[in-house]
Parts: sequence; structure tokens; C-alpha cells
Amino acid sequence: MTVRFTGKKPSRRAFLKGTLASTAGVVAGAGAANAAGPDPLITEKQEWAMGTGEGVDATPYGLPIKYEDDVIRRNVEWLTADTISSINFSPIHALDGTITPQGCAFERHHSGAIELRKEDYRLMINGLVDTPLVFTYEDLERFPRVNKTFFLECAANTGMEWAGAQLNGAQFTHGMIHNMEYSGVTLRTLLEEAGLNAAGDLKDKWVYVEGADASSNGRSIPMEKALDDCMIAFKANGEALRKEHGYPARLVVPGWEGNMWVKWIRRIEVSDSAVESREETSKYTDTLEDGTSRKWTWVMDAKSVVTSPSPQSPIKHGKGPLVITGLAWSGRGAITRVDVSKDGGKTWETARLANPGQPMALTRFYLDTEWNGEEMFLQSRAMDETGYVQPTKAMLREVRGENSVYHNNCIQTWWVKADGEAENVEVS
Amino acid sequence: PALAGKLGLGREALPEEIAAWNLDVHPDGSGLPVGSGSVEDGEVVFIENCAVCHGEFAEGSGNWPKLAGGEGSLADKDPLKTVGSYWPYLSTVYDYVRRSMPFGAAQTMSDDDVYAIVAYILYSNYLVEDDFVLSNENFLDVEMPNAGGFIVDDRNTSEAHFWTEPCMENCKEGEVKITMRATVLDVTPEEEGAAEE
Repeated sequence: MTVRFTGKKPSRRAFLKGTLASTAGVVAGAGAANAAGPDPLITEKQEWAMGTGEGVDATPYGLPIKYEDDVIRRNVEWLTADTISSINFSPIHALDGTITPQGCAFERHHSGAIELRKEDYRLMINGLVDTPLVFTYEDLERFPRVNKTFFLECAANTGMEWAGAQLNGAQFTHGMIHNMEYSGVTLRTLLEEAGLNAAGDLKDKWVYVEGADASSNGRSIPMEKALDDCMIAFKANGEALRKEHGYPARLVVPGWEGNMWVKWIRRIEVSDSAVESREETSKYTDTLEDGTSRKWTWVMDAKSVVTSPSPQSPIKHGKGPLVITGLAWSGRGAITRVDVSKDGGKTWETARLANPGQPMALTRFYLDTEWNGEEMFLQSRAMDETGYVQPTKAMLREVRGENSVYHNNCIQTWWVKADGEAENVEVS
Repeated sequence: PALAGKLGLGREALPEEIAAWNLDVHPDGSGLPVGSGSVEDGEVVFIENCAVCHGEFAEGSGNWPKLAGGEGSLADKDPLKTVGSYWPYLSTVYDYVRRSMPFGAAQTMSDDDVYAIVAYILYSNYLVEDDFVLSNENFLDVEMPNAGGFIVDDRNTSEAHFWTEPCMENCKEGEVKITMRATVLDVTPEEEGAAEE
């Protein structure tokens, strides 16, 4: 699979592929319900119903079937100077439910995805603790364990869209996100093992966390958050972390910007001031219109996006029943409601949550509807348990201008045309 | 539970181990090693180790980060954020260069070389003279132009109006019109070669 730039829309390929998917030569667009005659896929004996499939020893660890090979991470070359300190995107347009398959969950590295064996792994706790400690990976597995599901959203997700509609597809505009079930140890447990009496009043204390990679990705976290719900995770979606997601251990910082989820975590330092590292001064600070900048914008606000239909997931079935679906999430708590508009925000319908919203985790929504074949301006609007309502881009720009880079949680509009294709647009 | 009972896991970290990994430098200068470096020496070290990406005058090369320039541009349509125009603390420059640069060969510089590079970056931003020598002694004397340019996250107040009862009907006057289209820009990568049957 290669990716290149051309003058054609990405949806065109997906569109053609959809109509040619059947190998049995069924007329394009003709579904089983309105086929003119008997369907040969039914009336003729098929090979898979006569011979045998693969044995159980064929695939000790499997990958998706080849027909799903467009459900992959994608890179956008021009975004960064190289692919080592760069980003790729989860194919959220093609996924459903809430759990992101690890193999296509987005990556963001600052000095590449390093290979760190469990045997070589060390975690240090130092600074204002009673006893500075070193743990091996084996030590970590002996602490009381917790199991929680959270979204990780890059602070820069949707960042390219501040000044206008730019990238054409939910994968590119909203795909710097994944949602996994983590198993690990709470940061509180580890800090208490080192002892926090030496730190005195914990209120004004910080922990500085850094990775084992060359970039280190050091970030300062207030003690209150560290003791609340942060985790050192070593399993995700049931298995060991993938190399590119921090194997063998990473930090989980529920609801907060992905940069703080330090991968390959090697050190936790308790201190009485924030380090004000590169990743919280030069980067991950948000410049406002007057030239001042917000720092420590940790929490990711309520946000949502329609994943289908969308530019990479056009309507191919014509008029009639249509499932509009998407994802909603909030770093401030659980999603309580998602509204969907088909007319660019003039009128809204409340969608159905597939499951009750969980705090700081992705929530799937559906709007089961009828499409009359007319164009739509599709939008979704999330609400969370604090009463926060996802704003429009205009509302955000009014407060922040267009140079914040990070934290763009605006309402997204897809222009669904009469032919079923969709495009990323801004509307009045 | 306040302080749970200890499990006795892990072992005490040795001073040499802490020294090897604890490299962070705080804005108040704590964590700085003893040492010094001049603009003059910094120019040599910078040109040998840094200029291929960051330019001979720290002005940047190609798509690589610019470390100098952009003074007074933060409120512009396209601000240029560099050490001189944007970074609030010099400690971050020392900390980041020593720990993570050069890109691809991090942690190969001596403490004095890092002082020299930082001095040269200051000079490239017209913040010190060409005979300046930076050391752990005078480190905090350097004034960073944008030190006062940051506020702590104020969304709870400046965006308090986002907590609201949302409109459901007749929420916009007149016709909804397209004001911008992504396909006009046409910068989205196109997939190729997916499952040709």
C-alpha cells in the first residue's frame, strides 16, 4: 500500500470499490432484494461451501482479511518534516463500536517507535519521595492491578482544520485518537510505594514523567491528577502494548491530551514546581488571537464526529434506510447526549447512544434514519455530564482566533451530495 | 485510602542511577550542571551538529524547526514561534538540547557544549552579544522576551458560555451555505492499491 497525492478525491476509489465488491458478477448496485433473477451466489454451489478453509495452525496470530486492507493507519506527508517525529491516523471512518484495534490505532512519536525489551525495562521514582525506587517490569506485574477503558486523543487532533476545511476524511480530521481497555497499576500505588511523606503538603506538588526514548517527552502533571486516576499500563485491549504504543509500559492520563500519556515511561519525579519542559512551553501551548498563549490546557473537551457517512465512507446504497453513526467523547466525564443535524445546524435530532457513556471513553452513537436522496449538511454535537455542549468552529474562533493549533473540538460538517459522496466543508 | 501499606516491591535507586536519568532543569535553574560555554564556541558546535537541519544562523532549513526569528509575530496571521519569539524559559532550551538533540544522536553533547549551543541560539536571536559566555552562574540573568506571554488554562471562565442548553429547532436564520471546501485545497493523500480483485 502506498499513499500519494493526486487530483482525485479519496472517496472516489472507495466508491468504485464498493460497487465492484462482488466477485460473482452481480450487476453493480443491484442488491439481493431487487435482483432480476435467482442470485447465483445462492443457486450455484460456492467453493467455500464445498471445499475446506484454512487449518487452525495456519495463523498463530492473525491479521484482518485482505478485503479489509484499506482499514489502516495513514500518514499525511506534508504535516511534518519527517516520519520519525510525526503522526498517523486511525481509520475511524471504517470502525464501529468503541474499542480501537491496536494494529490500526494511531501513532505519534517524537523520536520514533523504540524497541524496549521487558528485561531491559526500568522504572525510576525519585525526587521528593521517602525512598527513591527502581522497578523492573516484573515488579510492576506484582502490584494490585486495575482495568479501565479510556480514549487517548492527540492535542493536535483536528488542528489542521482551524483555518478552514482542509483534509477530506474523518480519518484525517479526527483520527488522532484511539480507545483501549488498559490493565496496569495506578500511579498512586507506585508513588505510595516510594512514600510521599517527604513531599509534605501534596497540594502544590508535581510529578514529572518522561519516556525512555531520545525525545523523552517529559511532561509535568499536578499531584492531584497523579493521585486521582493516572495509570501505568502494560496491557491494552487484553494483550501487551504494541511497540508503537509504549511497550512494555506507558502512562495513562484519563481525559487529558495525548502528549501526556508518556510511552516507554522510565521515570517519575516528584517535585515542588513544574519543569516547564519543551512539550509544555514550545509545544502544547495554545496561542490566542492577541498573541498570548494558554499553557497547561490538559483536558480534552467534549467532541464528536460522524464517521459514516463521511468522505471516506460515502452512501452507496441509494435512498431509504440509512445508519448515521459516529463517536463522541469528553475528557470532563461521560457523554450524556449526542444530537445530529442534517441541515447544517438549523434543526437537530437526538441520536441513540449504543451504550451509556463512560467517563473519558469513546461513546458510539447511531441515528437510524431515512435518506430521501437529497443533499445533507451532516453535523453532530456532543454533550457531557458537566453540561458542556460541543461548540461550533465559529464559537471557538471567537474566543481563541485561528492559531491555537491544539484543542480544536468544533462541530464537523460533512456535505453529503445527491450521489452519496461526502465532503469536508464549513458552512455559514 | 490515604497511604496504603507498602508491598516491598522495587529497590532503592542509587545516587549514580538518579544522576544518570534525572537531567531535568527547572525555570529557577535547579538541575543545571556546573559549566559554561561561549557564543564563539557555540557557533562551531552548532555548525557541526545542528546547522544541517536548523540552518547556520538557527533560522531553520526546509521544513525543520526555526530556532531564531519571529520577534513580535505572535499576534500575526501566521506567527513564527521560536526560542526568541516564543519560549518563556531558557531552562527549557538547555534541558531539551542536552536530553534530546541532535535529532538521531541525542545525549552525545558535553554539558559545556550544551551551554555553548544555548549561548549561540541566544545570539542568533539577538538576545546577547557575540562575546557572551553562558554559565550556570549567569543563566538566570538572561531575559526571555516572551516570559510573560503565557496564561494558565482559563477555559472554565473564558468559555463558560459553552455550558448551555443547546438549540434544537430554527437554530439558524436563512439558507445554510458552504463557505469552505476541503477538495478545493486538495491536499488529502489518496489510497492506492487497496484490494484490487
